[in-house]
Amino acid sequence: MQIVKEALAGTLESSDLLVKVAPAADGRLELVIESEVMRQFGAQIRRVVAETLERLGVTAGLVVVEDKGALDCAIRARVQTAVLRGAGQVQIDWSRLS
Amino acid sequence: MILRRSMLFLPGANAAMLSTAFVYKPDSIMFDLEDAVSLREKDAARLLVFHALQNPAYADIETVVRINPLATPFGLADLEAVVRAGVDIVRLPKTDSAADVHELEAQVERIERECGREVGSTRLMAAIESASGVVNALAIATASKRLVGIALAGFDYVMDMQTERGDGTELFYARCAVLHAARVAGIDAFDVVYSDVNDEAGFLREVELIRKLGFNGKSLINPRQIELLHNAYAPTEEDVEHAQRVIAAADKAEREGLGVVSLNGKMIDAPIVNHARRVLQRAQASGVRK
Repeated sequence: MQIVKEALAGTLESSDLLVKVAPAADGRLELVIESEVMRQFGAQIRRVVAETLERLGVTAGLVVVEDKGALDCAIRARVQTAVLRGAGQVQIDWSRLS
Repeated sequence: MILRRSMLFLPGANAAMLSTAFVYKPDSIMFDLEDAVSLREKDAARLLVFHALQNPAYADIETVVRINPLATPFGLADLEAVVRAGVDIVRLPKTDSAADVHELEAQVERIERECGREVGSTRLMAAIESASGVVNALAIATASKRLVGIALAGFDYVMDMQTERGDGTELFYARCAVLHAARVAGIDAFDVVYSDVNDEAGFLREVELIRKLGFNGKSLINPRQIELLHNAYAPTEEDVEHAQRVIAAADKAEREGLGVVSLNGKMIDAPIVNHARRVLQRAQASGVRK
């Protein structure tokens, strides 16, 4: 899936996260993660975000995550929403989202 | 018998609430994709609910999702998401006729087949929100074997009736019609939300009324209402003792092969035994009334 425009999903409220996506400037996938719980759960958050992007087939783009202590299920949902919005995708392949 | 006294509404777009609501332990949790979600957040809410439903924290609680009406651009997409995610019950808003239930059932069955879920495993609930829906309540309640209940939704109903929410007079016929339809169909009946969360006395008055009418439970908009509701639906100590005596007499009669059960000289028939079982089930779930 290709990110063709800037898009946002989520909020900066507690237990949520804000995800921003943008098209790749150089054809690479860049992942920036900030979290209130970075020291305890940074690796886990990165793993969930990376896995979610991989299942969606995102190989290029800028993905910025500002996490406020969200559960994994919220992280997956917000990343998917931002990517689908950024890709202008309306038809959903649900097997890629579980 | 599944206890469905409390059905807590949660806005589907709110990540914090979706992450914690299971701790309040209502009988059912209802994720809302309809009125509580703005048009521009429909996609985000759908995905949040899709993943929340698969969170192990919700494995032990009955989950309900209120989808958007199928006639809107969002309804079918909601259904695709929640059936695939394994929701227990889909709640259809603005149900005006049996045809609405038939259409929902056909779509649910198609999705179950496509994603490999057992056909029939997704249950349905219809929300009645108009004069047409109330008049057609019996046809709606008996429209599908998947239906586990019908609910009255007060706000849209009173608008349709050109009145407003008040002391309950405005809902009198609708409550009775929905309740009778549910009982004929052998399914549950749920009452409207009580929107003033700070009016505890008013809430309890309404709960007492719907409990006496025979409703199984009520939709709630705030976790603070759960304990109040469960306590109001809990039997008294006297009710529990009587129910225990009824069950003991019924068991004894069965052991002795007697066709007729009696307690203190009064005949006990099957409805009384069933009622006693429901009393003990409620007592087990929430103790005796405080």
